Amino acid sequence: MDFALSDDQRDLTDMIRRFADDRFPTETVRAFGEPGGFDRARWGELAALGTFGIALPEDDGGVGLPVVDMVLVHETLGGALTPGPLVAASLLAGLVPGVLEGEVVPAIVDRPTHGPIVVEHLRDADVLVVVDDDGLRVLPAAAVTARHIDHPTDPATPVSVVEALPDEAPIGGAALVARLRLLGSLYASAQLVGNSEASTTLAVEYAKERHQFGRPIGSFQGLKHLLADCLVRTEVARSSVWAAGVIADEPEAGDLARAVAGARVLAAKAGTENAKTGIQVHGGMGFTWEVDAHLFLKRAWVLETQFGDPDGAAEAVADTLVG
Amino acid sequence: MQLRDSEADADFRARARAWLADAVPTLAPEPDPTDWPARRTRDTQWQRLLFDAGYAGINWPAEYGGRGATPTEHLIFLEEANRAGAPDVGVGFVGQMHAGPTLIAEGTPEQQDHHLRGILTGDHVWCQGFSEPEAGSDLASLRTRAVRDGDHYVISGQKIWTSHAQVADYCEMLVRTDPEAPKHKGITWLIVPMDTPGIEVRPLVTVQGSAEFAELFLDEVRVPVTNRVGAENDGWRVANVTLSFERGTGFVGEMLETTRLHGELVRIARQTPRASGTAWDDVGLRREFGALAAELDALWAFTKRNVSAGERGGIPISGGSGFKLAYGALVHRLGDLALRVLDRASLSFDDIGGLPTGAQVHGKLHGFGVSTGGGTSQIQQNILAERVLGLPREAR
Repeated sequence: MDFALSDDQRDLTDMIRRFADDRFPTETVRAFGEPGGFDRARWGELAALGTFGIALPEDDGGVGLPVVDMVLVHETLGGALTPGPLVAASLLAGLVPGVLEGEVVPAIVDRPTHGPIVVEHLRDADVLVVVDDDGLRVLPAAAVTARHIDHPTDPATPVSVVEALPDEAPIGGAALVARLRLLGSLYASAQLVGNSEASTTLAVEYAKERHQFGRPIGSFQGLKHLLADCLVRTEVARSSVWAAGVIADEPEAGDLARAVAGARVLAAKAGTENAKTGIQVHGGMGFTWEVDAHLFLKRAWVLETQFGDPDGAAEAVADTLVG
Repeated sequence: MQLRDSEADADFRARARAWLADAVPTLAPEPDPTDWPARRTRDTQWQRLLFDAGYAGINWPAEYGGRGATPTEHLIFLEEANRAGAPDVGVGFVGQMHAGPTLIAEGTPEQQDHHLRGILTGDHVWCQGFSEPEAGSDLASLRTRAVRDGDHYVISGQKIWTSHAQVADYCEMLVRTDPEAPKHKGITWLIVPMDTPGIEVRPLVTVQGSAEFAELFLDEVRVPVTNRVGAENDGWRVANVTLSFERGTGFVGEMLETTRLHGELVRIARQTPRASGTAWDDVGLRREFGALAAELDALWAFTKRNVSAGERGGIPISGGSGFKLAYGALVHRLGDLALRVLDRASLSFDDIGGLPTGAQVHGKLHGFGVSTGGGTSQIQQNILAERVLGLPREAR
């Protein structure tokens, strides 16, 4: 057992973090969500780093690293609020030509059994990949009848409602879909962990600077306790997400379906609760559009229902309990 | 990053498993939990078996009689011991996890010779005399006095929350030797034999109805100066040197017990009738079962991160405070779930309907032990906020 970051993993995440800080500052993140704001050149730069092919074998043009390294990359991207169809691109690189290189922008949706078919980033995508229990279908985005939403909850994540899906022959079967669903859920959970840490860092910095009653507000226990809880939620969620990542590489180390579901339960909680706490710590300023605090909460809401939701995940874990 | 056993670890696990499979069945049956002399007998009998097989002091350095195992091997042994139904460290906790490591780090060769082997064989049981009625979270404000009289210290005062005091041979005690010094400076660490005249042990009954702790009343208790560990008035540092020993693997036994209680509650839920079906058919309850299982899995992974960080010589993530905070909250939630499942059966400590309902009620109340013992959850929150997040200290 060696359940700690290696030097290589630290270098990898440092590189991604530096890139994201440099090329995806908040203004860029916010602009990506505006109509016509999707910056293909910058998306291409992200792809050129090898981001989407981290866990893809070298023979397929990827970097050939373990899944857990891709998990760490998503954690880092989540912390930077990096925009775009990150999970879709990571799942489809190597399956859909051009995605790995960033030339083809994908959207992906797990066909719901009820309710509207809401798809992220379809407005800016070249292809829509639809997965269901039978398999996976690749559709040209232009061929999909959809209504693009004017005011998505997360300003940096445009969403569309798909009215009708054309029929296409599936590529890849149920086994491939099962694997994609698990990895998709895992990558979204990893982003939630990064999101939960970053929203906490933002709040901690504010609590150190903002003075009331002649003292920094971070010296008050009422705030300290809220922020300490945020820290713990992140570390607990991170532990479960990393474990699921390792199990994806080492099936003998555990039950991947249970690990992924458990990670979703904890990562969703860490992401949403920490972001809410972050807004609260900012006080009235936290309730304004200017401060970034709300961006973390809104992104966390997007991520917590990608390839599963916390309630369903909790039930999925319960189903593995024999008693 | 990997979770699988290395070849050497797999080999260690296989040998430990084989030994445990033979050794555990030779133990006497578990005694009544309130029968402290019987608990001491059983726990120390187990400790002797461990010692004879070379599994005592598994994480202690070999030159002090330990096995010198890696933190990972320690974790593996604890996992396998639990799987085999072996007793937890029990009355050996203070000696093995705290007093022994303190003596290894700070004791004289004579103190090490006299005490370390006894701790490892189970012959010596220790208790901890740190807390006082007026010195809990603010431990350094302790007031129990030790006055030098020739080659003895004469101790008077009162201690509280002293686990296993009823059956202990020695007490690791913090006393005030310089009342004039700033509060952290005038403290000394002493080895106090429990049969010294002047010590009165009064059991303290907890909300669970059992005497887990005792109060110690100390009236002119004479202890030789040679029983001092470290320098006079340097006891605060000595006590802190070893507080980190129990981090990482310190809660593993507890957590395994909680995992077992969770599994038992699943079984109870599946057998507890509701208006329609069983408690397990209630989706609200089932989701909470799943969420708690996810959290237990996560805390296992958290422990493994801490162990791996320790193995690399790094600082464990957020220390023991983060784990303790999360674990305390988990135990409370599991207890709350038990009460929801048991419904009216939770009104009894005695088992009802052939199910171990009493253990669940005890588990619920035990949550308060976790969230208050060794520094309350709120103290842990302050520690994390100040030491990890770097928030300013509260004005004092």
